[in-house]
Amino acid sequence: MYRWAMVIDLDRCTGCQACVVACRQENNIPFAGEKQAKLGRAKFWMNMIREIEGDYPDLKMHFIPIPCMQCDNPPCTIVCPVRATYKNPEGIVAQVYPRCIGVRMCISNCPYTVRYFNWHAPDWPNEYKRGRNPDVYKRRKGITEKCNFCIHRIRKAKEVAKKEKRRIRDGEVVPACAETCPTDAITFGDLNDPKSRVYLLSKSPRAFRLMEELGTEPRVFYLKQGEWKDG
Amino acid sequence: MDSQNLAIKYGQIVKPLTRVSLWFWLTVIPLSIIFLWSFFAFGWQYQWGLGKTGMGHPMSWTLYLVNFVFFIGISHAGALVSAVLRITNAKWGTPFGRAAEAVTVFALAAGPTNILFDLGRSIRFYWVPLHAQFKSPLIWDFGCIMTYFAVSIIFLYVLMIPDIGLLREIFPKRKWIYKPLSLGWKGTENQWKVLLNVVGFLCIAVIPIAVSVHTVVSWVFGLQTQPMWYSTIFAPYFVTGAIFSGIATILIVTILLRRVYHLEEYLTPYHFNNMGLLLLVFTLLWAYFTFAEHLTVVYGGGTHELNVLWSKITGRYAPLFWSMVTLCFIIPFPLLILKRTPIFLLITSISVVIGMWLERFLIIIPSLAHPRLHYLRGSYMPTWVEWSMMAGLCAGFTLAFIFFSKFFPVISIWEIEKEKKEIRIESPQRSLR
Repeated sequence: MYRWAMVIDLDRCTGCQACVVACRQENNIPFAGEKQAKLGRAKFWMNMIREIEGDYPDLKMHFIPIPCMQCDNPPCTIVCPVRATYKNPEGIVAQVYPRCIGVRMCISNCPYTVRYFNWHAPDWPNEYKRGRNPDVYKRRKGITEKCNFCIHRIRKAKEVAKKEKRRIRDGEVVPACAETCPTDAITFGDLNDPKSRVYLLSKSPRAFRLMEELGTEPRVFYLKQGEWKDG
Repeated sequence: MDSQNLAIKYGQIVKPLTRVSLWFWLTVIPLSIIFLWSFFAFGWQYQWGLGKTGMGHPMSWTLYLVNFVFFIGISHAGALVSAVLRITNAKWGTPFGRAAEAVTVFALAAGPTNILFDLGRSIRFYWVPLHAQFKSPLIWDFGCIMTYFAVSIIFLYVLMIPDIGLLREIFPKRKWIYKPLSLGWKGTENQWKVLLNVVGFLCIAVIPIAVSVHTVVSWVFGLQTQPMWYSTIFAPYFVTGAIFSGIATILIVTILLRRVYHLEEYLTPYHFNNMGLLLLVFTLLWAYFTFAEHLTVVYGGGTHELNVLWSKITGRYAPLFWSMVTLCFIIPFPLLILKRTPIFLLITSISVVIGMWLERFLIIIPSLAHPRLHYLRGSYMPTWVEWSMMAGLCAGFTLAFIFFSKFFPVISIWEIEKEKKEIRIESPQRSLR
């Protein structure tokens, strides 16, 4: 059994937003447009947050990419009245799109606010339509969606590994965000494998998780020298 | 006394059933237009998606949920007040009973409708019972509300049977509706015995059900991780607020009915005085709970909770917050102490109902606008779609009540008659003492 996890090194992150673009491209996330984005209709399965500390000229800027934390105790799954979201055995908080009826209680109960709703039917510019990823499930209006660690890539890798009768090797499968990161700040892998990079990095003294005090046990670890303030 | 004589004796109560004034049309026609308009608004939203509302990330639950909690709140007073007053034998509650029970039923029909508007895929609402996950507080809601709805319809209906029997006799033209509904009521001794037994049982059954409904409605919020929702006080706070707004609604409805249908003989200042005292008790209870809730956050709250709190008290939502305090406490409290005449009670009750709507708004919106991750801040302004649905619901609620009052007496004739008989029997004994 695998236990997928992600480590994001904030000391390496330059805030270039390549992960945000890659995620959008990989998972067929439509553009909201400026007007709709202002109303909060933009979807960022991988979201890049910037934080400005201090005033000019003594100023510091931090970046923090926020995907779904894939909590071990997810608050979002227990509140769904129709069981449209669940924690899969490999630790991914999965959303069953056809089952979702758009109650949005999972959205309001997510402390990381990383669940997104389809306020409109998804739409792309015509030139763009041909570039959509065929491996990703099509979402309709009125349902919730979220980051799933590029579960379609994991499925494919598992099929290959099964044919060759072996486990997936460390680094064999990575989500689009980790693949594209130019500074290699995002590491993805199996926490059950004590030799994997993800496992080793998650034990780093620099490692922390967002809002650990809530007891959600997120499986996205951040690395940062010194203290991180998330309040 | 035979039915014709009863009908003459209580002519004032029976009269509105047959007469339709100009005012009736002047109210019903505009209300119907608003009501039908809301269907168009819903169709618009259904076709184009919830993006036609003012919602967005992170404001995922907004006006529809506010109205949901608000209408469910109103439904409380109904059955709860009339049941408690019946059990405790409080005679002054009798003329309010029918109106209170009807308010319950119509508010319970209006409340959950909001959830239908709020769903991303409204047509699939039946999946909630079909694929239920019992861990979700929404399922508890569904169960409790449906039970309460069923019980309060039965409660309203059973208490109307003797009156329907009377109407069947005096309005032969409307036999098609009254005859099947009267269930062959003839007023025999045995029938009375069964009826009173059933009423006694329902009065007791309806109280825990009513309390449970608003408790689980509060848990829809109180069991979530959002700052200022996660609170143990929510269940009793919601129940108190619900009864508070419910009593105010009953007062508005009865004062208007008294004026429109000239029921001054039955709804006297004495009755209103007592109901006003009950409202006063709940004004104080509400203020107590509100104070306790906010004080706890000021002293013990973490950063996330304080963000929400200050946005309410001094920040963006301060005008709404202080209007709520004014409408729910500063206006009602002195008025209820000094003046409990119908006209002042009407002013007080309208103020309370608006204030309680604001309270529901202030529980839901500021918390969602200030999620734990501090980079994300939401703002919300309802669009025409949401306002239309809200107006449509209020119009539908009022229309339902108006049509109800044209088919059934709004004051229970048999209970008034029974009370008068009891007084007649009791009074000679009193004079002997």
